[in-house]
Amino acid sequence: MSPQPISTRDIVYIALFAALTAALALFPPITLPLIGVPITAQSMGPMLAGAILGARRGALSILLVLALVAIGLPILSGGRGGLGVFAGPTVGFLLGWVATAYVVGLLHELGWNKLTLFSSFAHAMIGGIIVLYAIGIPVLAVQASLSIKAATMACLAFIPGDLVKAALTAVIAVAIKRAHPIIGTRRGQTA
Amino acid sequence: MTGGSILHRAPAGLKLAALAMAGSAVVLVPDWRVMVDLFLLVALGFPLARLGRGALRAQLRPLMPMLVLLFFTQGLLASWEMAALVVARIATLVLMAALVTLTTRSEALIATVETLLRPLAPLGVNPGKVSLAFSLALRFLPVIAEEAERVREAQTARGLGHSPLALALPLIVRVLKAAEDIADAIDARSGHDDPSLRPHPETAPAPGRRFLFRSVKEQV
Repeated sequence: MSPQPISTRDIVYIALFAALTAALALFPPITLPLIGVPITAQSMGPMLAGAILGARRGALSILLVLALVAIGLPILSGGRGGLGVFAGPTVGFLLGWVATAYVVGLLHELGWNKLTLFSSFAHAMIGGIIVLYAIGIPVLAVQASLSIKAATMACLAFIPGDLVKAALTAVIAVAIKRAHPIIGTRRGQTA
Repeated sequence: MTGGSILHRAPAGLKLAALAMAGSAVVLVPDWRVMVDLFLLVALGFPLARLGRGALRAQLRPLMPMLVLLFFTQGLLASWEMAALVVARIATLVLMAALVTLTTRSEALIATVETLLRPLAPLGVNPGKVSLAFSLALRFLPVIAEEAERVREAQTARGLGHSPLALALPLIVRVLKAAEDIADAIDARSGHDDPSLRPHPETAPAPGRRFLFRSVKEQV
C-alpha cells in the first residue's frame, strides 16, 4: 500500500463510517441467552470500518470517532462521551478499536481477491478479538490495578458477543464486496 | 453552552494542557484520603462552573456499576485502602475531563486539534482535511441516525423484526452510494481536491428531512 494522498472521497468515507459507528450506539443492546451479558452493536463499527474501507481509511474513521468522543459528543453506547471516557478503566478497548479497524482492514485487503465468508470471519476475529483484547486487557489491568489474570477473567463474558459481531461483520463484508466494493477499487481511482 | 464562568472563558488549549498535567499528577497520589479530597474538590468545580447538579450526576451514573464492581474486586483481592484509592482516582479523572469538555464548545476543541496538528503537516497530515472530516461527521451524525430509523421502520413493516443484519446491510449500502455523490459535490464546490480545503460553514447539524442524503448534498 503506497501512501496515496487522502482524496475528498476518502474523507467522505471516513466521516460516514465515523457517523455510522456513532449511530450503532442507538441500537438497543441484545442480551444473549445463557450468558446474560448485554451485547452492544457499537463495537461492530471498528470491524465493519476495516472490512469495508480497508486498513488506512478504516483506522482513520475510528480515530475520528474517538476524536468526536473527546470533544464531548455523547456518541458511545449508553450516551457516554467527553474526555472523561479516556480516563476510565476501559480506555484500552477504545484505543484498541483503531488497531482493530487497521488489522481487520489490512487482512481484508490482503485476502481481498479470495474473500469468503469464513476468511472474512477469521479476519474480523483476529482484529476484533485478539488484537483488541491484547490492548484492552493490559490497560484495564493497569488502570484498575488488577492482575492480568483478573482483568482477563472480567473480559471473558464478552467474547461470545464478539464472535456474533465478527460473524455479522463477515456476512456484511461479503455482501458489500458483491454489491458495492470499496477496497478492491482503490487503485486507479482518483477522486 | 452559554456559561459565563471562568472555566467557560478560558482558552481551550490552556484547559487541555491543564487537564493533561493534572491527569498525570493524579496518578502519583498514593494516599486514598488525599484522593477522596481531590475528588470532592473537582466535584466542587461543577457548581463553580455553573453546570448544575444534573451534570455531575450524568457524568457519574454511567460509571457507577463499574466503580462498585471495581471497589469490591480491589477490596477483596488487594486491600480496602487500595480499593478506595483506585475508585476515587478514576472518578476524579473522569470528572476533571468532563469539566473541560462541558465548558468548551466543540468548535473551539476542533480548532485546537487543528492547531496541534499543524506541526505534523510535513508528515502529510493536512489540518484542513482533518477539520473537513470533523465537520462532515458532525453533519452526517443526525442524518445517519435518521436513516437508520427509517430502515428500521421499513423492516418492521415487512415483518423482518429487529434483525441487526436486515438493518445494517441496507443502511451501509445507502451510505456508500451517497458517499460518492457527496464527494463529487464537495470537489465541485471547493476546487479539485484542493490541498487548502476548508470545511464548509454550513455543516452545523440541522433537523433532518425526509430524504436525508439529498439534503446533505444540497448543503455542500
